[in-house]
Amino acid sequence: MKQRLMRFTLWKVVFFAIMAAGLYATVLRFTRGLGASTNLSDRFPWGIWIGFDVLCGVMLAAGGFTLMAAVHIFHIERFKPIIRPTVLTAFLGYLLVCVALMYDLGRYYRIWHPLVMRNPHSVMFEVAWCVMLYTTVLALEFAPIVFERLRLEKPLRILRAVSIPLVILGVILSTLHQSSLGSLYLIMPNKLYPLWYSPLLPVFFFISAIGIGLAMTIFESYMSSKYFHRQLELPLLSELGRILAVVLSVYAVLRFEDLYHRGALKLVLQPRYETYLFLLEVVVGLLLPIAMLFRRRIRESTGGLYLAAVLTVLGFITNRLNVSITGMEGAAGLHYIPKWTEMAVTAMIIAGGFALFGLATKYLPIFPEKGEPAEAAAVVVRRRAVEQQPVAGD
Amino acid sequence: MSKAILYDATLCIDCKLCEQACAERNHLPYNDTVAAEQVQSAHKYTVVLAKGDKFMRRLCMNCDDPTCASVCPVGAMRKTKEGPVIYEEARCMGCRYCMVACPFGVPKYQWNKVLPAVCKCDMCADRVLAGKMTACAEVCPTGATKFGERDELIAEAKQRLHDNPGNYVNHIYGLDEVGGTSVLLLSSLPFETFGYRTDLVREPLPLFTFRVLSRIPDLVGLGGVLLGGVWWITNRRSKVAAAEGKTNADEKEK
Repeated sequence: MKQRLMRFTLWKVVFFAIMAAGLYATVLRFTRGLGASTNLSDRFPWGIWIGFDVLCGVMLAAGGFTLMAAVHIFHIERFKPIIRPTVLTAFLGYLLVCVALMYDLGRYYRIWHPLVMRNPHSVMFEVAWCVMLYTTVLALEFAPIVFERLRLEKPLRILRAVSIPLVILGVILSTLHQSSLGSLYLIMPNKLYPLWYSPLLPVFFFISAIGIGLAMTIFESYMSSKYFHRQLELPLLSELGRILAVVLSVYAVLRFEDLYHRGALKLVLQPRYETYLFLLEVVVGLLLPIAMLFRRRIRESTGGLYLAAVLTVLGFITNRLNVSITGMEGAAGLHYIPKWTEMAVTAMIIAGGFALFGLATKYLPIFPEKGEPAEAAAVVVRRRAVEQQPVAGD
Repeated sequence: MSKAILYDATLCIDCKLCEQACAERNHLPYNDTVAAEQVQSAHKYTVVLAKGDKFMRRLCMNCDDPTCASVCPVGAMRKTKEGPVIYEEARCMGCRYCMVACPFGVPKYQWNKVLPAVCKCDMCADRVLAGKMTACAEVCPTGATKFGERDELIAEAKQRLHDNPGNYVNHIYGLDEVGGTSVLLLSSLPFETFGYRTDLVREPLPLFTFRVLSRIPDLVGLGGVLLGGVWWITNRRSKVAAAEGKTNADEKEK
């Protein structure tokens, strides 16, 4: 007992240390400007706040739309129990992306400008609208969980009535948004290194988002079982692992064919900085998890499945960083290493995300209870059995 | 008709009067320290680079189909029909996509300011729209920087290449790089020497994204109908299954 308490306190100390550093970095960012608080420059205008916080943040939120589509559009009902944690992750992910954008934008107080100043030729314009609209959709998809807890029947009924159109809208917005983050780089055929530049970038970003959605669900379930003592059934997760293996294989074949047809495959043999990071991304973060997931023994063991999911997540994080940072360094003629302030802000945002996730699972009906269900949830379950209507946040 | 600048490096004497005139027009400080800087920045929109006794200017190319104007989510960058690509600071939210996307690396940022703006040469838009020439062309003592109609300047550049082929690299830089620019360059040294990329695509870069973006309305309509249809079918299926299950249960009860 005492040992557990100590571990708990240690995590708290780490958490508050990260928060303190992040807040100090925040003060520096908003009082001294981007030049003093980042290693960004005219030659390298986008750093980890875009490459990690935004690109990876949106990517890691992909579980929301993947599972919403699976359960509510394709009626694969057995995945229902894991919908809530993934919608929660997606919602938090998008909120944190918005926070990160406030740091990165030079004139953050004009973040609303794309609402009234339109340029439909700009991918960034599309990104801006998708972030705004999909964050709203996620809020509405998440709201029923809060309303259930607060026993607000009337708003719950309203949301239930629009749940299916909302799910469809969410899936379309996600498809657009995930792919458009890849489209951002389509306009730089002469800047992005050919191992990553491809006319198929939007397709790659979209397929990998589905893969990440599945991998994150497995990862979160494991983390939750460890820290919140709530978990999902292994057979269910193994089945997700099986789908993940197929999605990753499709992605791997497409990447290979794309490199082959563009004549970029020979670049893999060049002993360059880009090559090593490409191999790290593809061998460790893509081929290895595929090999693991196709082995039944690994897929059906908690540890093996978790490891494969973690490798997938790390692999795609490497991919996004390679596209946004590694692949752009050659054209810029420099190596970008983020300043401590940039890392402190990013760490604070991640820590904040974990804390909010923990709080939400503690106070809201996120995970299916093992024993008797919470009273409020039971009422809803009974009503739903009568009405045969899915609830958005469910 | 659109205006343009023709810069002929073989006529340049590195007097840097264009740099000074540019700084004055844009209300930027200019002194020996600034003059010695060999990079474009938020306080130096044009620069004369030196390689031995050969020189080359760098300034915004003011593309015919500008990448910066295409990528800007709020339309802060705009191509005027007279030639200049202008920037409206009041719209800019500082996403810096223009800086990342520009194939020439022209837009620069006021990194040291708390509320920064993007800075770049706008081909003296106010002067050009008023029928005058750019400050750099007006001040140039040798005619290395020449201002005029784009068509006429192209014809003249071709004539110079034809008359003195030994003096030049046989290329008018900006004639068709990324679809053509309002700044045209002639040089005796390869353009790469001064950081100009010669491997740029010949078609306007905005096409690369618009090919994808233009399909979005179709995708939304098609996706909506498709997903709605799938839901309709699967929903019906599970209702039927539920009803059949119920009937079976009823029969068993009987």
